[in-house]
Amino acid sequence: MTTKQKKVKPLKAKPKKLWLTILFTIVSIFYVMPVFMVVLNSFKKNTFVKTDTFALPNAESYAGVDNFVKGMTFGGYPFWQSVLYSLVITLLSTFLIIFFTSMAAWFISRVNSVLCKVVYYGCVFSMVIPFQMVMFTLSKTADTLKLNTPWTIPIIYLGFGAGLAVFMFTGFVKSIPLEIEEAAAIDGCGPFRTYFKVVLPMLKPTIISVAILEIMWVWNDYLLPYLVLDRTKYMTIPIHIQYLKGSYGTVDLGATMALILLSIIPVIVFYLTCQKHIIKGVAAGAVKG
Amino acid sequence: MKKKKKKAYSGAAVNSKLLRRPIRRQGWFFLLPMVAAFCIGFVWPFLHGMFLSFCKFKTTSNWQWVGFSNYVKAFADESFRYSFGFTALFAVVSVILINVLAFVVAYALTQGIKGTNIFRTVFFMPNLIGGIVLGYIWSMIFDGILGAYGTSILLNKTWGFWGLIILMCWQQVGYMMIIYVAGLQAVPEDMIEAAKIDGANAFQTLFKITIPNVMPSITICTFLSLTNGFKLFDQNLALTGGLPYIINPDGSTVHTTEMLALNIYNTFYGQASTSRGVAQAKAVMFFILVACIGLVQLKSTRNKEVQQ
Repeated sequence: MTTKQKKVKPLKAKPKKLWLTILFTIVSIFYVMPVFMVVLNSFKKNTFVKTDTFALPNAESYAGVDNFVKGMTFGGYPFWQSVLYSLVITLLSTFLIIFFTSMAAWFISRVNSVLCKVVYYGCVFSMVIPFQMVMFTLSKTADTLKLNTPWTIPIIYLGFGAGLAVFMFTGFVKSIPLEIEEAAAIDGCGPFRTYFKVVLPMLKPTIISVAILEIMWVWNDYLLPYLVLDRTKYMTIPIHIQYLKGSYGTVDLGATMALILLSIIPVIVFYLTCQKHIIKGVAAGAVKG
Repeated sequence: MKKKKKKAYSGAAVNSKLLRRPIRRQGWFFLLPMVAAFCIGFVWPFLHGMFLSFCKFKTTSNWQWVGFSNYVKAFADESFRYSFGFTALFAVVSVILINVLAFVVAYALTQGIKGTNIFRTVFFMPNLIGGIVLGYIWSMIFDGILGAYGTSILLNKTWGFWGLIILMCWQQVGYMMIIYVAGLQAVPEDMIEAAKIDGANAFQTLFKITIPNVMPSITICTFLSLTNGFKLFDQNLALTGGLPYIINPDGSTVHTTEMLALNIYNTFYGQASTSRGVAQAKAVMFFILVACIGLVQLKSTRNKEVQQ
């Protein structure tokens, strides 16, 4: 009897947990090292990035804010413009995806006709398709339909990214009790009012999850905008950075690191402010399949 | 879970004329925009791509039907076969490493140690950085280390391979960890307690109670990391770009760290535009492979899940 009671206790054992904390502190420090290296190297002169990657900047190698100033106009394309286009594309795409797929998901699960099922399974199917399968024809279609500007590319994102969003929204809508909508209908709400006043507010948790997933995807996406956008006029941040490093010749590593740092900062700020939602969104999105 | 949901929504109420019919009439507004975009962004390019894989073409308007010869050529292409082997090896190694590491981290972080939230924040952080940027951050670090020995990650395929593995682990461990943490937290506390009372040691509890209970999470994570491994593109392009390459006696080149997605991309846009049909055929095979892995994976691990 006594042993049994003892076995339940170890939840309180502290020494074991202390060494875990110490171990994880060390691992965490190594884990953030790469980002720290970017910060370090963005303040170094170009030639020192390669030779003294891990050294702190000293009097000789310190470049001040030169790298940031240089990076702004580096490669003959202003960096702030790439940031702006990235922002426009990400926000617009996320908005479009949420607005239209949530409506469609509601329609699909309430009407539930053959057509709805076809659309739904089409969406599920599209989730497993690698982008390479459609990249050539998609970029041609986008060209033909003039969807190759930052203001129209969200339509492509809506089409290609609809799968996961429809899937997640449909899953949630199915769990909403019908009685609520019936009550709204009896009180005289048409479909529009029922949806926008009653259903949409209830979708909020899923909207946040989907928004997080779409923002993470679109903001970091490289290949789709690279192939679809008119590259001479529009660049996004990933395209810009790839363009700098990919153009063989003398790459200014210091300036590239400065730009990488500038592109990471908003992401980290976004992460630290919405961390709770991001982790929830990821956990929700992973339950697909 | 799924069955429950189905029951709820296939109930008689859905058929009520009160709800269904008025909604149906407004389909142009609720469904049409999404379906139209879906056709532009997915259905049409997909079908068109399927069709073009049987054609010889330079531009989409100028095609010539050639049947299966693109597929034959794709199989005969040594760089494609090589990249398949490389990708498969990469996927297997990365799946094992990522899942083991993520599970260990998740297990440790659910023991209620101090600073759990900070550690979780740190481990998840790399996921928010895009593939291209990640690739360049790590290429700087690897070159910083290897540069001291007068070499570079672009000069040796073994380093290229392990470089990609390290990068992927760094990025994905945090993501999978989140899923495992969610799974571990759902393991019934009383079950573990009962095992302890019955005299099970820590290992027995882990393997007989905890792991069978987090099987759904393991399914999801394995599936996700496997398809992520096969679909990898941005990181591959940014870190090694497929280098170093070797030139065969017959003049063809093989990029030794090139994965499937990058190989398809290079066949489309890199070489002469005459091989676009072959590239599309490769893409179709790639899609079938990725889709099949997803399905097989799901089926095989679903069976091991604990009935609830």
